Amino acid sequence: MNINLTLISQMIAFAVFVAFCMKYVWPPIMKALDERATKIAEGLAAAERGQQEQEIGRQKALEEMKAAKAKAADIVAQAQKRYNEVMDEAKRDAQGEADRIKTAAHAEIEQETNRAREELRERMAALAVAAAEKVLEKEIDASAHKALLDSFAKQL
Amino acid sequence: MATAELTASDYIQHHLTNLTLGWLPDQGLVFAHSAEEAAAMGFWALHVDSLLWSIGLGYLFLLGFRKVADNVTAGVPGKAQNFVEWIIDFVNENVRGSFSAKNDMVAPLALTIFAWVFLMNLMDLVPVDLIPWAFGQFMGLFGADPHHVFMRVVPTTDPNITFGMALAVFFMVLYYSIKIKGVGGFVGELTLHPFGKFGIPANLILEGISLLSKPLSLSLRLFGNMYAGEMIFILIALMYGHNMVLSLGGGALQLAWAIFHILIITLQAFIFMVLTIVYLDMAHQTDH
Repeated sequence: MNINLTLISQMIAFAVFVAFCMKYVWPPIMKALDERATKIAEGLAAAERGQQEQEIGRQKALEEMKAAKAKAADIVAQAQKRYNEVMDEAKRDAQGEADRIKTAAHAEIEQETNRAREELRERMAALAVAAAEKVLEKEIDASAHKALLDSFAKQL
Repeated sequence: MATAELTASDYIQHHLTNLTLGWLPDQGLVFAHSAEEAAAMGFWALHVDSLLWSIGLGYLFLLGFRKVADNVTAGVPGKAQNFVEWIIDFVNENVRGSFSAKNDMVAPLALTIFAWVFLMNLMDLVPVDLIPWAFGQFMGLFGADPHHVFMRVVPTTDPNITFGMALAVFFMVLYYSIKIKGVGGFVGELTLHPFGKFGIPANLILEGISLLSKPLSLSLRLFGNMYAGEMIFILIALMYGHNMVLSLGGGALQLAWAIFHILIITLQAFIFMVLTIVYLDMAHQTDH
């Protein structure tokens, strides 16, 4: 329990150890700790940024989707309109065609009727002449009596 | 317990004597063979055991920490680095909490004190007889009488060690006081408070006592705690070897005291560190 040289030796050892710790132990570890703190802070900031970007992306996607929906509705409406137009046009065309065909048919029928009537009339005239010949038992000169026959036929 | 012819007081005396290397007038440079011889060596003697354990443990601490510092990574730390970082964080937290000035030396100083004092205190948990006995037997191989071979394994139970550290801290306090405040500022702090310039003698006595009490309390607190702790271990060890009941009781007591002592060991290392930080912080304060 004597105070002796040990005390001074311990002081020297203490000074040396502190100096060593201060030079070779503390700074590298502290530097690593600071570096890690910076890294973590950066990572957190990046995560934050990522989250923000994701939010912005989501908004953008939502907007884009809305725009696309509007566009689609527009296209559908336009298509509907066009469809109606085409339908109307087709209807109109069909109506016109039908009318044309009907008119043509009417004209043809008229023509046919007229022709048939004419033929009938001529036949009737011939028949009447034949009948008259028979009745009169005498040949009538058809050409001589043409005017007469014609007027007869007209009365038919 | 040592041999039967040894009395309890001899046993305790043996445990409390350092392995002292010094000059004796009639023998020259020798190891002291008794407490009386150790005392006769006076100031120019070395406690070889205290110094070896103290420097060895300090070296161990620096070796371990240096190894981690060499391979330190800012990425995912390994187990050793995790452990070291935990201690360094703890010390750094304390320094930042108590030390307001800027000084790159204080934190490594605090770490060295904490780890070193802790390791030195930890030697108290080694069974008291184990290392002295082994050392005595070892020296016996060279013809020495084990009864006159001393070995104290807990450096902090040697006042030389605690005073050495406390004095180093004290000199740092003086150095920074004068560096920060100047000689005039430091002398003024010692003489002009608390009574003003007409009470200079009283001021000097009061402030001088408070200044000198710093290293004294710092070292005596650590020394007292560790010395008392070791003494109790030695007293418990005296119970062994008498009979079964006493031995078992001694074992239980030793276990209980060792577990309690873990707290004291850590606490004393922590207190030494914190007080060092506080004293140095006071040395850096410019206003009183």
